[in-house]
Amino acid sequence: MSVFHTNLLSTLRNLGKRVTDRLWRLGFASRFLLATLLYSGMTLKRFHLTIREIYFTGVLSLIIILVSGLFVGMVLGLQGYDTLQRYGSSEALGILVALSLVRELGPVVSALLFASRAGSAITAEIGLMKATEQLSAMEMMAVNPIARVVAPRFWAGVISMPILAALFSAMGIFGGYLVGVQLIGVDEGSFWSQMQASVDFREDILNGVIKSFVFGILVSWIAVFEGYDCEPTAEGVSGATTRTVVTSSLAILSADFVLTALMFRGV
Amino acid sequence: MNRLTLDLWVGFFVAIGLASLLFLALKVGNLSGSNMGPTYRLEARFDNIGGLKIRAPVKSAGVVVGRVTDIQFDAERYQAVVGMNVNGQYHFPRDTFATINTSGLLGEQYVGFEAGGDEAMLKAGETLKKTQSAVVLEKLISQFMFNKASEDKKEEK
Repeated sequence: MSVFHTNLLSTLRNLGKRVTDRLWRLGFASRFLLATLLYSGMTLKRFHLTIREIYFTGVLSLIIILVSGLFVGMVLGLQGYDTLQRYGSSEALGILVALSLVRELGPVVSALLFASRAGSAITAEIGLMKATEQLSAMEMMAVNPIARVVAPRFWAGVISMPILAALFSAMGIFGGYLVGVQLIGVDEGSFWSQMQASVDFREDILNGVIKSFVFGILVSWIAVFEGYDCEPTAEGVSGATTRTVVTSSLAILSADFVLTALMFRGV
Repeated sequence: MNRLTLDLWVGFFVAIGLASLLFLALKVGNLSGSNMGPTYRLEARFDNIGGLKIRAPVKSAGVVVGRVTDIQFDAERYQAVVGMNVNGQYHFPRDTFATINTSGLLGEQYVGFEAGGDEAMLKAGETLKKTQSAVVLEKLISQFMFNKASEDKKEEK
């Protein structure tokens, strides 16, 4: 066999190995999610564990979510006004700000922020626990690490995400109001009334909440799995943290496309 | 950290989350306004509904009195059948005129009711007899263009 053939063969072999590796990890991740859900009964009975994690993932993310929500809303107000006033319909600014925040930006941007603020922290924490053999020590003491460490962090993420997304949207609308009404001088009455006339509670707001709930499951799942699965070395933990942010960002954006296609097909 | 402080912070977090959801529902959305109380159903047939959509408002004298609930196609008469839920407080004479209007030049389309003079009122499930279709802008423009073209020809002769 020539050198060329050997090269080709090894390239193909590497490709195949990467594909089977990914499939293997996906299968393991699904089994891991199932185990997490199965052991959640025990966790929910000792709810203070989850509350402690909600403090670390949710409450400590408040500042970044509120501040970025305010600024996103303010930018939407400026940009939206600039475009809308060309068509003489600057009163529709309220609709533009509210719909884009409630439907898309609120759930998606807060989930991206959540993945990088809280998801990476969860991965690093669980990864370090694994590297310092705390998880094995728990197993030695007949404490199930999935019920004690993984499930509370998973549920804390799932609970925090919709709350953070709702706060992001509310804050963004307030930012749009500040810029649009207070700074630029769009009529306050038409800003709110046009918004109320075209934002539907079930179609827009509830669908946004459902989206953020799905993103919460995705981000928390990826974060706890990457932490649990990481190589127990310093390098392994850092790699797992990076993978959490990259994978969950991609998962959020692709899931957002699928959910949007399902929800808003335009009657 | 003390467990009580932790609980306090998480309680605060959940509370402001719920408050913002309430703000979205009441101030941003129209949850408070969508409840019209008891309604009754009316139908109207149109030759052309233009861009009318489900959930479009039904207005009389500019006031919202109901919403479009369904739009169907009648294959026998080749007409659109528009079903509407009208607020139970309001009753309209039997010769009420239903039109499809547009709010503003490019705004959304809605059904307008112009009350007639009949003594008898429309009952639930009845069909409005007198209707006027949506104005299709393309038709108007093309009519205008053809008229203009034929005028020009006359002048040449």
